[in-house]
Amino acid sequence: MAQSTPSARPNQLFRNLNSKIASIPMIFVALVIFLGGSIWTVVYSFTNSRLLPRTNFVGFDQYERLWASSRWIISIQNLAIYGILSLIFSLVVGFVLAALMDQKIRFENVFRTIFLYPFALSFIVTGLVWQWILNPDFGIQGIVRSLGWESFDFNPIYDADIVIYGILIAGLWQGTGLVMCLMLAGLRGIDEDIWKAARVDGIPMWRTYIFIVIPMMRPVFVTTLVIIGAGIVKLYDLVVAQTSGGPGNASEVPAKYVYDYMFQAQNLGQGFAASTMMLLTVAIIIIPWAYLEFGGRKRG
Amino acid sequence: MRIRSFAAVMAATVALPCIVQAADLEVTHWWTSGGEAAAVKELANAFNATGNKWVDGAIAGSGSTARPIMISRITGGDPMGATQFNHGRQAEELVQSGLMRDLTEVAEKGKWKEVIKPASLLDSCTYEGKIYCAPVNIHSWQWLWVSNAAFEKAGVPAPKDWNEFVAAGPKLREAGIQPLAIGSQAFQVNGLFDTLVITVGGKELYEKVYKDKDEEAAAGPEMAKVFAAAVQARELARGNNVQDWNQATNLVITGKAGGQIMGDWAQGEFQQAGQTAGKEYSCLAGLGLNEVLTTGGDAIYFPLLKDEAKAKAQEALAETIVDPKVQVAFNLKKGSVPIRSDIDMAAANDCMKKGIDIIAKGGTATSVDQLLSTDSMKQKEDLMSEFFAKASMTPEAAQERFAEIIGSAD
Amino acid sequence: MADVSTLNTAAVGSDAVRPTLAPGPRGRKPKRVLSRRNIMLYGILGLAALYYLLPLYVMVVTSLKGMPEIRLGNIFSPPVEITFEPWVKAWAQACTGLNCDGLSRGFWNSVQIMVPSVIVSILVASVSGYSLANWRFKGSELFFSILIIGAFIPYQVMIYPIVIILREMGIYGTLTGLIIVHTIFGMPILTLLFRNYFASLPEELFKAARIDGAGFWQIYGRIMLPMSLPIFVVAMILQVTGIWNDFLFGVVFTRPDTYPMTVQLNNIVNSVQGVKEYNVNMAATLLTGAVPLIVYFVSGRLFVRGIAAGAVKG
Repeated sequence: MAQSTPSARPNQLFRNLNSKIASIPMIFVALVIFLGGSIWTVVYSFTNSRLLPRTNFVGFDQYERLWASSRWIISIQNLAIYGILSLIFSLVVGFVLAALMDQKIRFENVFRTIFLYPFALSFIVTGLVWQWILNPDFGIQGIVRSLGWESFDFNPIYDADIVIYGILIAGLWQGTGLVMCLMLAGLRGIDEDIWKAARVDGIPMWRTYIFIVIPMMRPVFVTTLVIIGAGIVKLYDLVVAQTSGGPGNASEVPAKYVYDYMFQAQNLGQGFAASTMMLLTVAIIIIPWAYLEFGGRKRG
Repeated sequence: MRIRSFAAVMAATVALPCIVQAADLEVTHWWTSGGEAAAVKELANAFNATGNKWVDGAIAGSGSTARPIMISRITGGDPMGATQFNHGRQAEELVQSGLMRDLTEVAEKGKWKEVIKPASLLDSCTYEGKIYCAPVNIHSWQWLWVSNAAFEKAGVPAPKDWNEFVAAGPKLREAGIQPLAIGSQAFQVNGLFDTLVITVGGKELYEKVYKDKDEEAAAGPEMAKVFAAAVQARELARGNNVQDWNQATNLVITGKAGGQIMGDWAQGEFQQAGQTAGKEYSCLAGLGLNEVLTTGGDAIYFPLLKDEAKAKAQEALAETIVDPKVQVAFNLKKGSVPIRSDIDMAAANDCMKKGIDIIAKGGTATSVDQLLSTDSMKQKEDLMSEFFAKASMTPEAAQERFAEIIGSAD
Repeated sequence: MADVSTLNTAAVGSDAVRPTLAPGPRGRKPKRVLSRRNIMLYGILGLAALYYLLPLYVMVVTSLKGMPEIRLGNIFSPPVEITFEPWVKAWAQACTGLNCDGLSRGFWNSVQIMVPSVIVSILVASVSGYSLANWRFKGSELFFSILIIGAFIPYQVMIYPIVIILREMGIYGTLTGLIIVHTIFGMPILTLLFRNYFASLPEELFKAARIDGAGFWQIYGRIMLPMSLPIFVVAMILQVTGIWNDFLFGVVFTRPDTYPMTVQLNNIVNSVQGVKEYNVNMAATLLTGAVPLIVYFVSGRLFVRGIAAGAVKG
């Protein structure tokens, strides 16, 4: 609707003044909090600030130490595994559930509520509950063993090799319902005529979904990606509640590294260096995309 | 005469606010387990008796959850009235930036320098000759808690020291007992390791490594012995499925585990379970190898406040903390050693008496918290939690990284 | 579900209002009740429902058991003897430090934090979204892009700058400060939803209002707001959930007498006194989650409808 505002009037500053005034909070948040805060963080990552921010610059020392830390490396690997799998499973499970829900089924409200309710619970609660269900002694492993299958091994809380998948199970439980809702909403937005046309042409249903419906749902996928992606980068509470990063450091994640070093180790410089790396990664992935999506082109 | 009585009236009106003008004082801390909460209650009651009011700001989940909140509050300009920190360097920079209150006057009035033992406690409260915190209690890490029932079940006599404990490991496992209980929180393995440094390695090595930050000693053969002992501990601890320290203690209480290396706060749990030292469980100070205890613990710090009445209440709290009666009441409940040796702790149980005795005889060492910065501590913690969780990590590799941390420590 | 669009059409009284949202679900009509297709369909949905319900079931069942039963039995078995003791304890008796009045202490605090925070954050985000959708100006999309990137910044990283900003503004530790913090962190996603929603409303309406001489605020108040119930519901649900469940800001930016309920929950769950009282923990968890859960159960239908409107067009 950009064209609805007439272009190029003499006084640029006062054109659209109300809109600018109304956007002041947004501009403030964008520039002062997010941009300003990020720049502040980057600047102080080059200092040796401990408990309080100090401007005693030490070059790249914090970064050298960061990349020499095995905990940081493990954190990044974990986030990569969790991020990729969580993205794939959220989208696939969310879409499949939505497609099933869209088949004029009965009890749609019941199913939808069941899939969505975990989203109402915090990550802290999610972590606690799954920690319990996956507990090797009295959770799933314990139950299966007590049924007679003694060699059954499923311990994604205390087994360092699979602990990140335990967190994934809990994360998906909490988040896929929302993805399903978004997808369902997108499917409901597709014109009935498209389905009719596809049916008349004899195109099988799965092909209609993949080649016609999904491309039409691009905006839904964009919104979904932003929500899932932001959740992945911020992954912290769930890990703290479910495993506290353990066993050892097998389920550490970058956000936890940042927090631990900023506040527990009282080494702000190190924490800021880690968060700068996170910011940088996000920026490299997001900025080109955000530019294409929101900046470069005008919508019709 | 009239002038004199006028002066007296003046003096009374000036002095009066000190007594009458009571204030609410918000105290933040992480003392939330059963025994801890009971101990805080003693402190709060004694403080309330001074006419002020204790507003409790407990934040559970150990110091690592609570400290960031406390620090944000203080640096954000909305400080609480008083707050707990551990003895050591956690509040160092807050003091340096002038955000904390100078207690020197209170300390001089109460003769803290004379009564507080060991002197290292007050030293870590001191910055540029001024005193900034009131020590509350002494905790030591060097204890091995042994379940007598577990050893009986395994058919081995209860161990007298760490070496016997290690030797009994296989027998315990055969009997279906977890030899060594430990939770997965990082501070637990870290504390266990430091305990091994001072008991297996000895006080001299401990001070060389942590006080002098001697990288060579940290990489040397004496230290290698400690790492060999750590590998044994790792083997004995294999198969633990608990997270919190008191869940691990509970395994010892119920005889599901043979023993646990944990600080003296663990005995509060035994007490709550109605067990007596020497009967159901035994405690081995210094793991039975080397009777030296580190004197860490808690202290209360007071942020600088503008409110006059609150500042007075802060003084009252500082006096209350060091008060002999409060010290006895608080520490009996908490299971810790009082910060002054001139009081009667006859009501203490045997383990506690042993601790008090060792400290009185001078078998003390400064705790690692006081010697290393929180940053170095955290790096060490990361290393230890990795080492104990990953059986494939060799002691040599761990020692190499340990020496690096010590080399760059401050 | 054929009423998906009725709400909006009714509000404006024109069928042309929502051309993009055709009513009702898609796909072939089910023929027989027990066809193979139906068995597959409901089978898969049923299995998925089991996965989602399992934790809730475990929580409820556990919260109704006594501790001895928990120690003996398995976590999936129903309670032999139902007891409401854990619920009473969690609500009114569980201790943190010296205060033994359970979660009840934090409930009203949470309400007092949540209500203004939800209202302010939604108002601010809706106006921003409206500006972005209908009244673009030079740079507005740039600010918006920064905002979206801001959605990816972990909260923990921003605590320090925000502590400093609030301190300089002199509102650290006040309710105003906390409301501002919630508004800031709710803004990226909410603005995105509002922007997309307003952009999806038919352009003709906006143009007509402009020709009639209506200004920025008039169009917002008289045309946009009345048509936006679904997206406001979505925003409300998201914010109620997020703010109610928040622990970090609640504890950093308040004082003990105004701690929200989640702080008490953390304290109850993390103050282990000997044995973990799982039943009390679970009851406390359910009680804390009750408010957002009720909001979901009541307005779940509106949620999907609103999301549909806010996410479909981008």
